[in-house]
Amino acid sequence: MTGTTLPADLTRATAAGLAQALAAGDVSAVEVAQAHLDRIAAVDGTRDADGVATGRAVHAFLHVCAESALADAKAVDDARAAGQTLPALAGVPIAVKDVMATRGLPTTCGSRILQGWVPPYDATVVANIRAARMVVLGKTNMDEFAMGSSTEHSAYGPTRNPWDLDRIPGGSGGGSAASLAAFETPLATGTDTGGSIRQPASVTGTVGVKPTYGAVSRYGLVALASSLDQAGPCARTVLDTALLHQVMAGHDPMDSTSLTGEYPDVVAAARAGATGSLDGVTVGVVRELSGDGYQAGVLRRFEESLAVLTEAGAKVVEVSCPSFTVALAAYYLILPSEASSNLAKFDAMRYGLRVEPGGVAVPTAEQVMGATRAAGFGDEVKRRIILGTYALSSGYYDAYYGSAQKVRTLIQRDFAAAFGQADVLVSPTSPTTAFPLGDKLENPLAMYLQDVATIPANLAGVPGMSLPSGLADEDGLPVGLQILAPAGADDRLYRVGGALEAILTARWGGSVLDRVPDLSAALATAANGATR
Amino acid sequence: MTVTDTTEAVLAYDDVVAAYDPVLGLEVHVELNTATKMFCGCPTGFGAEPNTQVCPVCLGLPGALPVLNARGLESAIRIGLALNCEIASWCRFARKNYFYPDMPKNFQTSQYDEPIAFNGFLDVELDDGSTFRVEIERAHMEEDTGKSTHVGGATGRIHGADYSLVDYNRAGIPLIEIVTKPVEGAGERAPEIARAYVAALRDLLRALGVSDVRMEQGSLRCDANLSLRAKVPGAAPGSAEQRAVPLGTRSETKNVNSLRSVERAVRYEMTRHAARLAAGLKIVQETRHWHEDTGITTSGREKSDAEDYRYFPEPDLVPMSPDPAWVDELRGTLPEPPPQRRRRLQAEWGFADLEMRDLVNAGAVELVEATVAAGAAPAAARKWWSGELARRANADGVELAAMPVTPAQIAALQGLVDAGTLTDSLARQVLEGVLAGEGEPAEVVESRGLQVVSDDGALGAAVDRAIAENPDVADKVRSGKVAAVGALVGAVMKQMRGQADAAKVKALLTERLAPADSTTDVSTS
Repeated sequence: MTGTTLPADLTRATAAGLAQALAAGDVSAVEVAQAHLDRIAAVDGTRDADGVATGRAVHAFLHVCAESALADAKAVDDARAAGQTLPALAGVPIAVKDVMATRGLPTTCGSRILQGWVPPYDATVVANIRAARMVVLGKTNMDEFAMGSSTEHSAYGPTRNPWDLDRIPGGSGGGSAASLAAFETPLATGTDTGGSIRQPASVTGTVGVKPTYGAVSRYGLVALASSLDQAGPCARTVLDTALLHQVMAGHDPMDSTSLTGEYPDVVAAARAGATGSLDGVTVGVVRELSGDGYQAGVLRRFEESLAVLTEAGAKVVEVSCPSFTVALAAYYLILPSEASSNLAKFDAMRYGLRVEPGGVAVPTAEQVMGATRAAGFGDEVKRRIILGTYALSSGYYDAYYGSAQKVRTLIQRDFAAAFGQADVLVSPTSPTTAFPLGDKLENPLAMYLQDVATIPANLAGVPGMSLPSGLADEDGLPVGLQILAPAGADDRLYRVGGALEAILTARWGGSVLDRVPDLSAALATAANGATR
Repeated sequence: MTVTDTTEAVLAYDDVVAAYDPVLGLEVHVELNTATKMFCGCPTGFGAEPNTQVCPVCLGLPGALPVLNARGLESAIRIGLALNCEIASWCRFARKNYFYPDMPKNFQTSQYDEPIAFNGFLDVELDDGSTFRVEIERAHMEEDTGKSTHVGGATGRIHGADYSLVDYNRAGIPLIEIVTKPVEGAGERAPEIARAYVAALRDLLRALGVSDVRMEQGSLRCDANLSLRAKVPGAAPGSAEQRAVPLGTRSETKNVNSLRSVERAVRYEMTRHAARLAAGLKIVQETRHWHEDTGITTSGREKSDAEDYRYFPEPDLVPMSPDPAWVDELRGTLPEPPPQRRRRLQAEWGFADLEMRDLVNAGAVELVEATVAAGAAPAAARKWWSGELARRANADGVELAAMPVTPAQIAALQGLVDAGTLTDSLARQVLEGVLAGEGEPAEVVESRGLQVVSDDGALGAAVDRAIAENPDVADKVRSGKVAAVGALVGAVMKQMRGQADAAKVKALLTERLAPADSTTDVSTS
């Protein structure tokens, strides 16, 4: 990796490149942080006093902490000047999804009910990031409590896709994905309960990984569905993703479901993959995750990726996972059930929003809880709480939650059988490219279908990656390829993803993100037109 | 929802048991004495400033996750084993969902259909020496809630209160809930059996060392369920014909915070149920609150069967499958069952039934045992712990075991009495010094200068002086009124400031004041 030269615009650099330049003293952490803060100021837009996005801009961030970022960066520079040995990513900026508790920084989960809450503690993931001396730039927007595939369910207004500001950036982690595609940060964190890392990566031309369940601590992630949630890395290249993955992962005694034992070296796997050879690797194409319901341009890029994998030496076979066809249905029973219980704690008694009901002189605790939850939760959250409460009710439990858990077992068996035939499985990440804002807001089921290919991995706890496979012919928007591996074999994602990325970027003559429209031009148009 | 605090009609107890067969169900919550909470590292000490023993986990802050206290699981298994239960080879926690301000997460992490221990029994000794077997349905682990204090209003309950305060120090303290199967066949002894069961459970838990079992502090809490059904004429309690009669509607009485209250509450509920049934009224399935002062229960909330806690397996905790070898190892740590142990010690010590019962009730069996082990005679050890020390503990309002004196010190003190160094009254003064932190008994004897004077010269001088100062009394004794010697003994003891052996003083006086016919010899010798 010697001889890497940083681009003149530091925001176009990779995390690996920045890390190397920082270590060599070619650039200071303060310069790097300032460049990204300037970029955020230029493209992210503004928010009103209530935190709601104003005007037509990216709006990837809910909260930017410029002051602490510059202070953290300076501390890194000082430590380096004092001759201290620092972790590999020291001084590299990062954006943190607002679902992660950050000591001293607001954490809202995109919800009105948590407006103003400043956690007294750091999520383990955040603590790991701080221990790695990375520079936190701010908190990124998301669908409220990670429920959604477009960030339109954020109480603070949607994030817009840097490829087309009138389109969604995916969700729930649309803020993190858009911040990467808009070059506001080289790295970001995400959480993935049914595709919230991978689908946004897919529709923004970035890379995102949902690690094996338990690989990254859930302590401090505001829970959506405990048995499905998994935090993971988001970046613009496979290697950068691996570098962040390594910082985030590791056993945590504060999380009972945290994995113990050997965990593979994902950075080494990414570097090995970058050689472009996949000799001896068998790639399984999941028959059920393709075809009907998938956009033509998405399928074309998918076929192309299969050809590239073959070219790299991989053997491509077809596998069948019949139970995947009912994964979505099972998911929408398990998720709301767990969420209805996880979200019960938001009751106005200890933190966050508190709304006194109107027309009652001395309200009871129940009335305050009711009024607060009515005002503080958005429609999608209420929809899922009601669904989950119903599914767990006495007399319905076996038919709904119980049956869904059985489907989950079947999906795990299908995965086991498929991984008996192939080292990794592949599919398009999302059935479509980024759709226009507002397109699916009135049709929750259509929105849910965005995650049809990503959900099985969460139900089985296996790791998955989405990386760019090019642009769809019909709309020129990014298409993502999903790679899935057996539990604990997260390194395979990086090996195969690294190879595919190496070959495709060589073919394209650069990253797919080199083709993101010039945002300053788009924003100028917006300012002049002001039509939306 | 209305609250009725009016006294309800009751039926005379004899009439109740003549017409009805009571069925009990007892739910006991035990706070474990682990150093830290069930799912976080917060301390569990009682009586700290409100909300000082809390963290993100037990406050239910967004993002926080539980981690099981291994010692809590160990205690649960030991309790299960001591209750003759089967231990689950695989079980899980579940979430019990309901909204209440003192529940930080608005769900309680508990166990539902997969308890750690199930199918056991406890043999309970009754006052007449007979034994009644109470069958155990299950013992499961859960976490305690916070504690609400309702301020203002007349009742101290939430209705009518001006505001409520919540202390989360208690939230997350490990609890074991022990649930009996329906207790049938108790008949007229139902109230006594209920009390005896809770007492037996308390003794067992104390012997296990898993809980402080202080009912007044809430570390042992009992909910008593009761229902009545028509008595089958001529059928014995617990007979097949009687058991065939369907169970009546039950009430659940909470806030029963002493052994005596358990007995009284069950008895009261029997008479209340019976009066309603006799009047052709229905029993409402509800929670009742026990009032210690008035000896009655009042209606709490109606508890319908429709109450839906939406239980589901707790996804934040991994299932437990205790290693059978570990369970066997824990079985080896079980104490001798308290009734058996009591019988053995009573026989060894030669105590009467009443003496033994007093020791048990005072929580002094272990203390006496340790005192005996340290060398004291059983009778002397019992006398100290159920006498002087029990009196002092009671006066100070502390547990006997919490008195700042060790069994070894009591044994040493008794040793000084046995050796004649101390009289009983001096020994009590030495104890006072020990309790005041002045050191070991021997050190207190030294520092306070409290030992019996055995110097015959000094004693003889005191005796002579007493005789000289009380010539009238001395003459009475000389003339044969032997009882009068007591006054002289008192005078000598006063001079010696109590540090003399009264028997020896009496002997010296008697010798010097022998009747006149024999004094001649003395005076001429």
